[in-house]
Amino acid sequence: MGNIKLTEVTKSFGETEVIPPINLEVSDGQFVVFVGPSGCGKSTLLRLIAGLEDVTSGKIEIDGRDATTIPPAKRGLAMVFQSYALYPHMSVRRNIAFPLKMEGLSKQEIDARVATAAKILNLTDYLNRRPGQLSGGQRQRVAIGRAIVRQPAAFLFDEPLSNLDASLRVNMRLEIADLHHSLKTTMIYVTHDQIEAMTMADKIVVLHAGRIEQVGSPLELYSRPRNMFVAGFIGSPKMNFVAGADASKPEVETIGIRPEHIFLSKESGEWAGKVRVAEHLGSDTFLHVLVENLGTLTVRADGEFDVSYGDQVFLTADPSKIHSFDKNGEAIV
Amino acid sequence: MARNVSPSRKTAITFLAWSIGLMMFFPILWTILTSFKTEAEAIASPPSFLAFHWTFENYLEVQERSNYFLHFLNSVIISFGSTILGLLLAIPASWGMAFVPGKRTNNLLVWMLSTKMLPPVGVLIPIYLIFRDTGLLDTRTGLVIVLTLINLPIIIWMLYTYFKEIPHEILEAARMDGATLGAEIMYILTPMALPGIASTFLLNVILAWNEAFWTLNLTAAKAAPLTAFIASYSSPEGLFYAKLSAASTMAIAPILILGWFSQKQLVRGLTFGAVK
Repeated sequence: MGNIKLTEVTKSFGETEVIPPINLEVSDGQFVVFVGPSGCGKSTLLRLIAGLEDVTSGKIEIDGRDATTIPPAKRGLAMVFQSYALYPHMSVRRNIAFPLKMEGLSKQEIDARVATAAKILNLTDYLNRRPGQLSGGQRQRVAIGRAIVRQPAAFLFDEPLSNLDASLRVNMRLEIADLHHSLKTTMIYVTHDQIEAMTMADKIVVLHAGRIEQVGSPLELYSRPRNMFVAGFIGSPKMNFVAGADASKPEVETIGIRPEHIFLSKESGEWAGKVRVAEHLGSDTFLHVLVENLGTLTVRADGEFDVSYGDQVFLTADPSKIHSFDKNGEAIV
Repeated sequence: MARNVSPSRKTAITFLAWSIGLMMFFPILWTILTSFKTEAEAIASPPSFLAFHWTFENYLEVQERSNYFLHFLNSVIISFGSTILGLLLAIPASWGMAFVPGKRTNNLLVWMLSTKMLPPVGVLIPIYLIFRDTGLLDTRTGLVIVLTLINLPIIIWMLYTYFKEIPHEILEAARMDGATLGAEIMYILTPMALPGIASTFLLNVILAWNEAFWTLNLTAAKAAPLTAFIASYSSPEGLFYAKLSAASTMAIAPILILGWFSQKQLVRGLTFGAVK
């Protein structure tokens, strides 16, 4: 079981309120990602759930039990830290066994659980090494191993992949997703990387300045962002915003269109513009096109699109994919 | 890029370093040499450096006249006892200041250090009276207590700086893993700070071993450590340089040997965290 419910939770450091009242419910078995720019309070929120920080007011319930004042060890949660936080003076085996030792389990039970975890994470050959003798990816797996042996109610991940190189990050992302499918345990995952959020989450919580901007499935956030912040944060490259009124909706201040929803042509279209930068990735081509009166728009074309600096191109936005925002940045539907 | 040092410059620096080293070591060497001279040769002028009649007589006489082993044992008990007691108090204190600092932690640290700025003689009378009234005069217990208190600020400062180097997240991980405060300090913090704790331990043993003001003033015979044993050779009966030197050599030998064998640990501890 791993239901987590936050009711009117706030957190202040001295005079500064970093988390204004937040309400959030995470149901059992969900993979929830907290995403937002750095300093948005996502790690603080995770640490409040973990019990590493005390809430200033509000209530945290874990499986229906009030956990607000329960110390971290007793909450039944396991956490994987950004720096892995392995115990450098202990072997991999002792690192993984540490939480079980603290629980006071018998030696046979500990050995059995460590062996199982090591097998799941391909660490069997490394059990006698020290963390310092492992690669970044292996250290990450040890940290995950230390979390799974406890069979916690939920896993908390605090930017676990940000210290890994790009290709390893993709692999670990798959491994964590696999782990979630096999364990079916609640996972709360903090990241600033919206791609990690989009690819792994059942539910994404977008945070900005301590507030929840929107909660929803990845595709909900992508196709129906509630405001300009979410619209700009989710999706890569970023959504294009153009200031200006839409004749049919007088309250519209800004319209947004994603790079992949603009049709590109060399012959004709709604707007004419000049290519500023063309990024040819092979599978896609990203063009940054300077359009008079609108500014620079980013456009994505499938596969190769043979243009270079200064060429003229024509852009046409897909009218059904245009997002409109009012003067407060709220979406108008 | 490696710095370019010309051979002649290198020779000059080496020569300078050796000169300073020898200058610092010379008094100790002279003490050791004098301890093997007769009393007459010890005060001879001009003194002979090596060409004198070597004798063990002084050592035998010192051993005969005073019970070296008792003083040695007192020194061991007092220096190790006060260091261990100090560490037991300082580890939790430094943990608190390094990992859960409050608004006044820094003031507290400076205030503790400020007690070292006071000349010890300033509190001699009150401490002497307290010791007299509580029956702690000339007892090992009394000296362990007073030396613990005197060196505690240094122990806490050293441990505090070592603990500061330990990443916070590792202790938080231990907390998440179910470690109680005691388990966190015992299984995670202490082993991780071991080089630092070891060098604090050694340095403090040396400080306590050499401490003379309190040991001389608060002991008479029973609890007198080696410092008092040396001092007993420089008094009423006049100065006996050779015997004084023999007593000094016997007093510093154990700690010199300890320091020699642990120098690697000492240096490692003192530079702990300097290079990541």
